[in-house]
Amino acid sequence: MKVHLDISHIDMVFPTATGGFTALKEVDLKIKKGEFVSLIGHSGCGKSTVLNIVAGLHQATRGGVALNGEEVSEPGPERAVVFQNHSLLPWLTVYQNVELAVKQVFSGRKSAKQMKEWIEHNLSLVHMEHATHKRPAEISGGMKQRVGIARALAMEPEVLLMDEPFGALDALTRAHMQDSLMEIQNMLNNTVIMITHDVDEAVLLSDRIVMMTNGPAATIGEILEVDLPRPRDRLVLAEDAKYNSYRSQVLKFLYEKQRKVEPISSVSVKSVPQAEQVS
Amino acid sequence: MAIATMFNRSSSERNVLERMNQWVAEKVRMLLPAVLGMLIFLMLWSLAAQSIDTSLGKFPGPSVVATQFSVLYREHVEEREKAQLFYQRQTKRNELRIAKDPNYQPKIRLYTGKKTIVDQIGTSLITVLSGFVAAAIIAIPLGLLLGLSRNLNRAINPLMQIFKPVSPLAWLPLVTMVVSAVYVSEDPMLDKAFLNSMITVTLCSLWPMVINTSIGVASVESDLMNVSKVLRLSMFTHIKKIVIPSATPLIFTGMRLSLGVAWMVLIAAEMLAQNPGLGKFVWDEFQNGSSASLARIMCAVFIIGFIGYLLDQAMLLLHRMVAWDKSSVNL
Repeated sequence: MKVHLDISHIDMVFPTATGGFTALKEVDLKIKKGEFVSLIGHSGCGKSTVLNIVAGLHQATRGGVALNGEEVSEPGPERAVVFQNHSLLPWLTVYQNVELAVKQVFSGRKSAKQMKEWIEHNLSLVHMEHATHKRPAEISGGMKQRVGIARALAMEPEVLLMDEPFGALDALTRAHMQDSLMEIQNMLNNTVIMITHDVDEAVLLSDRIVMMTNGPAATIGEILEVDLPRPRDRLVLAEDAKYNSYRSQVLKFLYEKQRKVEPISSVSVKSVPQAEQVS
Repeated sequence: MAIATMFNRSSSERNVLERMNQWVAEKVRMLLPAVLGMLIFLMLWSLAAQSIDTSLGKFPGPSVVATQFSVLYREHVEEREKAQLFYQRQTKRNELRIAKDPNYQPKIRLYTGKKTIVDQIGTSLITVLSGFVAAAIIAIPLGLLLGLSRNLNRAINPLMQIFKPVSPLAWLPLVTMVVSAVYVSEDPMLDKAFLNSMITVTLCSLWPMVINTSIGVASVESDLMNVSKVLRLSMFTHIKKIVIPSATPLIFTGMRLSLGVAWMVLIAAEMLAQNPGLGKFVWDEFQNGSSASLARIMCAVFIIGFIGYLLDQAMLLLHRMVAWDKSSVNL
């Protein structure tokens, strides 16, 4: 197997007032070209930190990331990120948001006309060609996330990094977006790392599911190869024995082996405001 | 059929009438408290005025001040008429001279009558806007730099905190001396009194703009910062596409605060610098000490207040024109 993206023995220690906090310990993962990998784990397990290190937004304390054998030290458009809350610039239209990325990546390589076509092509990939001149505030959450994906795809990235891209969407929109993403993936065959909380989403979309242990000092617990033929259809798979066994393996990992006891009452106590504000 | 249309028309007319009535009722309901407040204020003012005796007579009540307003306006009209007559006489004289001697070069002299309240308002507006624009030209780029560089902010913030609360009255003597030392010219283009007032306004109205701009720039959403990093935007594009748009609301908040400060400072500066604007008007009336002086000063108070309000609204309008999200700016 030729390694495309090598996440090599990463430790991440955040400095705090009471000394270092070890968020990640010995995270090691090798990813092939065109592979779709999802990271799953309870919240606070450092999934986003892994993604941010690959993106170059954080620097690992130990170990490092190499793309095509070259070390990654800063952010760049060859590792495009789809952010959890879309992160579109609210003062630019849908078209201008994608244009900003395209101009940045292709200036000098594409003519103005080619760039325009490329922007429109990417917007049509995510079925957003009808709203090119709307501002983010004028379109729905699902649409914003589509534009975020279009913007990332338009950079023609080597690796597409997605941080819970559909986490903030309702269930129906999310299913729709997953189908769109599979369709795009089928066409472009990108290398993708996606963070998710959603077990069904992970099994449906991924070639491999990387399950992370709980923090602190989180690391990779298990890796599950999802050997289901593509294109995948959620309705057909719902009855599929293999699919359901994958699903239950992930569930077992999350809710038996890495069961996280959330002190629900203490959380609500913390969020109660001061006594005088209540009265 | 005809009856039906008639009936329809009358019912639709009734609808329009009903809606108009509703609209009027709504407006009245909204305006009523304001009108009531105004009336109560006028009543209290007139009561209080009657019981205050000053060395210049009774404190002016609303009706005396209203009369003074019309006097001020009449004075303005009369002065303008005088000026017009002066120029008419001058042209006639020159024409006569030219008729006698075709080689005569006519002399045009400017009318040098006294300044009316309208002239003084004009002077004040020009001074405050020059001072404010000069402040904005310095403050907004400076705020941008301070917002971008935390170390620069740490270096300059203590200085700002010290200069910010300084009264214009403390700056003015210094400014006056520096201007008379530095601005030496045979034929000065700008009046020194104007320069002194303007520079004082600039010094006092810098700070709200610097502070708000730097806060706006420093508080760009971290997600947008990440977008900028992933795209590897150049510093220039980063500032143009991300920093400035997201700091715009706070930049305008700073500009509004600054313009308010500038207008307030201006009156004090004009008093001391003898710049022929509203501040000088107030000072002259005070020194004059006639029986009408207090009423005339009260007129100036209302004019100053109203213009201050208009300047603020103008700033909001400007923000609305520039803002990408029009709904965020309520007039």
